[in-house]
Amino acid sequence: MKRGRLMAALGAGAFCLLALAPFVWLVLTSFKTQLEVTAIPPTLWPGGSLEFYRSALTRYGLMHFVLNSLIVAGGTTACTLCLGVGAAYALARLRVPGRPWLMGALLLVSMFPQISLAGPIWRILQAVGWLGTYQGLIIPYVTLTLPLAVWILTSYFSELPRELEEAAMLDGCGRLGALVRVILPLAGPGVFTAAILVFIYAWNEFFFALLIMTRRAVQTLPVGIALFQGQFTMPWGEIAAASTVATAPLVALVFLFQRRIVSGLSAGAIKG
Amino acid sequence: MTIPAPRHGEKLLAWGLLLPCLAAVCAFAFWPIVYSMVLSLHRIVLGLPGLGEPFVGLGNYARLLSDPTARASAGVTLIFVAVSTLCEVALGTLMALALDKSFRGRGLVRAAVLVPWAIPTVVASQMWRFILNDRYGLLNWLIFGDQVGSYRAWLAEPGWALAAVISADVWKTSAFAALIVLAGLQTIPRELNEAAALDGAGPWQRFRHLTLPLVLPALAVALVFRTMDAFRVFDLVYVMTQGGPANATNVLQFYGYKKMFAEGFMGYGSAVSVMVFFMVLAVSLIYLRLVGRRLLRGDAR
Repeated sequence: MKRGRLMAALGAGAFCLLALAPFVWLVLTSFKTQLEVTAIPPTLWPGGSLEFYRSALTRYGLMHFVLNSLIVAGGTTACTLCLGVGAAYALARLRVPGRPWLMGALLLVSMFPQISLAGPIWRILQAVGWLGTYQGLIIPYVTLTLPLAVWILTSYFSELPRELEEAAMLDGCGRLGALVRVILPLAGPGVFTAAILVFIYAWNEFFFALLIMTRRAVQTLPVGIALFQGQFTMPWGEIAAASTVATAPLVALVFLFQRRIVSGLSAGAIKG
Repeated sequence: MTIPAPRHGEKLLAWGLLLPCLAAVCAFAFWPIVYSMVLSLHRIVLGLPGLGEPFVGLGNYARLLSDPTARASAGVTLIFVAVSTLCEVALGTLMALALDKSFRGRGLVRAAVLVPWAIPTVVASQMWRFILNDRYGLLNWLIFGDQVGSYRAWLAEPGWALAAVISADVWKTSAFAALIVLAGLQTIPRELNEAAALDGAGPWQRFRHLTLPLVLPALAVALVFRTMDAFRVFDLVYVMTQGGPANATNVLQFYGYKKMFAEGFMGYGSAVSVMVFFMVLAVSLIYLRLVGRRLLRGDAR
C-alpha cells in the first residue's frame, strides 16, 4: 500500500511537470529580450525585461483584444446562465413531457461539429447584418454553451430537497418566486460552476470568432494571438506576452476553483 | 393561503422557462444542420453573387467523391481521431490512477494538470509552434544541443507535423479524460480494493480484475467525449500548420473551412461539412450501441 502511494505521488509529479513545463517556458519567454528569445543555447532564466509587454500593448493593441474578449465572454456567460437557469429548473422540477428526449437533444447539440454549423450561421448573421458585431458572436456561443450549462444546473437543482420550495410556496411565493428566492441562492455553487465553465469556453473559443469577427476592432484574444504577424520574423516575444495575459485569468480560476471545475465537468459528462 | 399552482399554470411556466433555450438551440444548432444540407445542394460562390445560387442536386457530392484532397483529408481526420483519442484515454487513465490516491498537495496537482485543458487552444498551438521552431526551438536544443546543423523543421515534414499536432492535442486534453475516469474511480468503494489486497491480489491483478471492469463505463464516456471533440480539431491545425505540409494535417474541419471561407465555395464546403456531420453521427451511433443507453438516460440518478 505504501509503495503504491509513493508511485502515485511520483507519477503525479511527472504529470505535473509535463503539463506545466511547456507553458512555463512560454511565460518565461515573455520576459526575455529579442536576443534572449533566439539565443542558442536557450536562455533558461530571462533577465526580466518587460519590452515584449510594452510592444504587445502599444504596437499590437493587446488591450483592445482583452476588452473584446471580456465583453464577449462576459456577455455569453450572463445570457447562457439566464436562459440555462430557467430551462434547468423546468427540467429538474416541473412536469415536462419528453424530458429525457430534451436532455438527449441538448447533449446531441454539444457534439455537433462546428464546421456543420459554420456556413449557415455565417449566412444568417450576414443576412441580419451582425457579422463583425459582439451580438453576432455571443448568440452562437450562448447556443453552444447552453447544453453544458443546462446539464450541470439540472443536476444541481435535482439534488436540492423539494420541501424547500413547497415551504416557500406555502408561505405565498409563486413558483418563480421560489426559484429566485429559495432555489437560486442554495444552488449558488452550481450556478457559479456553470458560469466558470461557460466563461472559459467563450474566452478560449477560436473557430467562430475567426469567422464572425471580420473586423479587427471587434476581434477577441485568441484571434488576435493567432494572427499576430511581424514584419520580417514571427513576433514570438509579443505572442508569448499576449498569451500570458490571455491565460493568467484562466490559470487563476483553475487554481482557485479546481474542485468546482472538476465536479462541473464530471456532472456534465458522467451524470448521464 | 395559496396552495401549489394549478397544474396547467405549472405547465405554462415550464414551457415559458424552456422556450428561450429551445428556441436558441433550434435556430442556431438544429436549423443550421438542415440548412447546411440545403446549401450543399447548390452552387454558391461567395464574392460572385452575379452567378446566383443554382440548384445542382448531388453535384457537389459527386465532386466530393472524386476529390483526392477530400479523400486524403478524411484519412488524416480518421488517423488524428483514432490516435489522439486512444492516447488521451490511456494517458488520462494513468493520470486518474495517480490522482486517485490521497497524498499531500493532491488539490494542487489536480489544478496543475488542468492547466493545459484551461488555456486557449490558440495559445497552446503557438506555444508548441515556438518549441518546435527550426532554428531556436527548445525541442531541437534538447535533442541536438549545440549542433545547429542537424536542427529539424518538425512542422515542415509531413509525418512529424501530424505527430506534432496529435501530441499537442494529447498534451491539451488528456486531463479532461483523466477527470472523467477519476470520477468513475471515486465511485469504487475503497474496501473492495483493501479486501482484494488482503486476499493476496497484487496491484496489477487488482487493477485488471477489480478496478478496470468497474471503471469501464467511465472510460467509455471519456472515449465518446474525446472522439467527438477530436473530430472538431481546428485551432491546432490553423495555427501550427495551416493544413500542411502537403496536406499532411489537412483535417476535414479545416478543409471545409478553407473551401467555404478562404476559397468561397460555400456549396462545396457545405457538402464537406455534411460529410463530417454524418461521420460523427455514424461514430456516435456505433458508440451508443456499444455503451448502451447510458448516455441518453437523462440525469435521473
